[in-house]
Parts: sequence; structure tokens; C-alpha cells
Amino acid sequence: MSARAELLLELADDELILGWRDSEWTGIAPTLEEDVAFSSIAQNEIGHARAAYELAARDLDTDADALAFDRAPDDYRCAPLVELHLLEWASAIARRYLYEQADRVRIEALKESDDADVAGLAAKIDREETYHRMHAELWHERLKDEPRYRDALERLWPYALGVLPEPLRPQLEARVPTLACATVSQASARGAHTPELAELWDEMTSVRRSVPGAEW
Amino acid sequence: MVTAQQVWAALGEVPDPEIPVISLVELGVVRDVSVEGNDVRVAFTPTFLGCPALAYMRAAMEEKVRELGAEPRVEVVADDSWSTDRITPAGRDKLRASGFAPPAPRAAGAPTLIQLQSKVHRCPYCRSTETRLDNIFGPTPCRSIRYCESCRQPFEQFKTI
Repeated sequence: MSARAELLLELADDELILGWRDSEWTGIAPTLEEDVAFSSIAQNEIGHARAAYELAARDLDTDADALAFDRAPDDYRCAPLVELHLLEWASAIARRYLYEQADRVRIEALKESDDADVAGLAAKIDREETYHRMHAELWHERLKDEPRYRDALERLWPYALGVLPEPLRPQLEARVPTLACATVSQASARGAHTPELAELWDEMTSVRRSVPGAEW
Repeated sequence: MVTAQQVWAALGEVPDPEIPVISLVELGVVRDVSVEGNDVRVAFTPTFLGCPALAYMRAAMEEKVRELGAEPRVEVVADDSWSTDRITPAGRDKLRASGFAPPAPRAAGAPTLIQLQSKVHRCPYCRSTETRLDNIFGPTPCRSIRYCESCRQPFEQFKTI
């Protein structure tokens, strides 16, 4: 697989799986506004995944749906951070905040790519992510002194660093100075998967697997 | 043989599926039309990549081109070349007339939270700027929800992209 396809699949898998996790708040978020916000953010993330899969599919001679749904769980390239099943509000917000910070570092790097398709897509995604970052920052500001939220940030911090390849991690540490020191274990870095991914995959692909080859 | 001008006119009749008062041409999302013999290539950019109406818009544009007796090829351009600044002046007027506040200019750079929270956004009903941000997100990815303190009316604000 080309380096470009690998990079696009990492991005697409992160956005698809996090979009799925964020959509789990649809209907049960603490307020109606957050129900709308999480649903809309999820829709955007899955849209970013679709666009990145479509670009990768050109290189891999397949299509976006096959990449999203027809691979085995171990073949996904998402980072463990997006896989975690966090049905507790402070943790869900902590992940949103940390993911947006990490994703920003990655998107900034991709915007500088020599590959015009990759740089163009990254810049388009960045326009939309601006609003996700605002949402995350509003909540971070509101919860930052709450012990439950602080604990969630500290627990998820190694996973957030694990979203990025090692050379980009110092940029994330500079963005979140209060959490600067952490060891990224193998379990929290991209390449490893959590047991939660297999459970999510089972549900996410169940309709597709029920009638192989069908067009929906 | 069909001309590019005829194609542009036909596409000008395709409404945005979620805000049908405005056409895809007024929304500025039809980026380019080129005609080669009987083949018509239409390049277009979705407002947001996750827009659920993507397939619907593609089919609607293809149908319009076929009605002209030509063979369509609609290509999605997923790059940085579209911004809400491309919505035409007529399109902005139509948005306002149906209760959608048109987007603030992007030219000066990406929007910030401070801008969204400041009182520069005008209510499309009473034109007051005494409006506050209720939710960054709304019923579709491209809209935020604001509330007008003057006429006490919630309204939808087209996001600046």
C-alpha cells in the first residue's frame, strides 16, 4: 500500500469511528443543544471519512463503502482514542477536546503536503473543523476545574498523543501545556486496537454483512 | 449541440434540496461547466463534505443535463476552492427573505468564537444586531442557531466556511 493511501486510511478510519462514537449521543445527550451538536459533528466526521476513503479508493482500486465496511477490525488504522466506548459526559467531552487538538496538528501538517489532492482535502476539512474546535473549547472552558473532567483528560492524554506519529507529538504537547508529560504505551498508540473496536465493528457492519454486495 | 450557457441556465433551476429557495448556482457550488461534443462535465463542491444531499444533488444535475439531450459527468471537487463568499448577492437576498441569515464574509480569515459571540450578526426578520449565539450547530451542518433579542425570534445563521 502506498504511503499516501496509508495516511488517508488513518485519517478516514479515525473520523469514521469517532463519528460513530459521537453519534451514540444522538437522543441521549444532556441537553437538546448538545444532542444537535454531537449529531452534527458526527455527520461531519463521517463526511470527512467518506471523502478520504474516496481518495484512497482511487489508489487502491476499490470504493469508499468497501473500505469503510468490508475490512476486518484488525485492518482498520484508527487510533485507540477514537475506539473507546465513553458513555459518560465528562469523558466524552475530554475526548472531543483532545481529539480536536491532535487532529489540528495532523490537518495542519497535511495542508502542507506536496500532494495537491491531500492538501486540498485537508484544507476543506479544516474549514469545517473550525466549528468542532469552537465547540470543544467552549466545553473545555466550562469544565476545566471539575475533578471528573480533569481525571478524564489525564486518563485520555496518552491516547491523544497516540493519535500522532512521534515527530508530531511535541506540537500537541505545546498546545496542551498543562498535560505535557506522559508516556505513550503501545496500547494507547496507533497500531494497537482496543476490544471496544471489535464490538463497534460488529454493530456498524451488520447491515452491510447481512446482504453482501447489495447497494443501499 | 448544447452550449455551456444552456447548461448553466438549466443548473440554475436546480434548488438546494435543504434550502429550496436558493439554486445550486446561486449557492456558488457549481464550480465549472465544460462541454465537449455531447459530453457535459459539471464540477461541483458540497458546502460540507458530510452533506447528506450529495447523491440527490448529483442526480438532479444529471437529469437537467439529460433534458438538454447531452450526457452528464458530475465531478465532486473536495478541495479548498469553495467558500461561502461564493454565494451570489441574489442568493444572499433569497436566504434572508426566507429567514436564513446569510454567512458573514470569510475573506478576512476563518471565523472565531469571539466573532460568533459578538453582536455583529443581523436578524433576518427585524435587521437588529441584538442577537446571540444559541448553538454553533443546527438542523443541517451548514447552519447555526441564533436568537434575536429585539424581535424575540430564533433564526438560522448560515455558517461561514
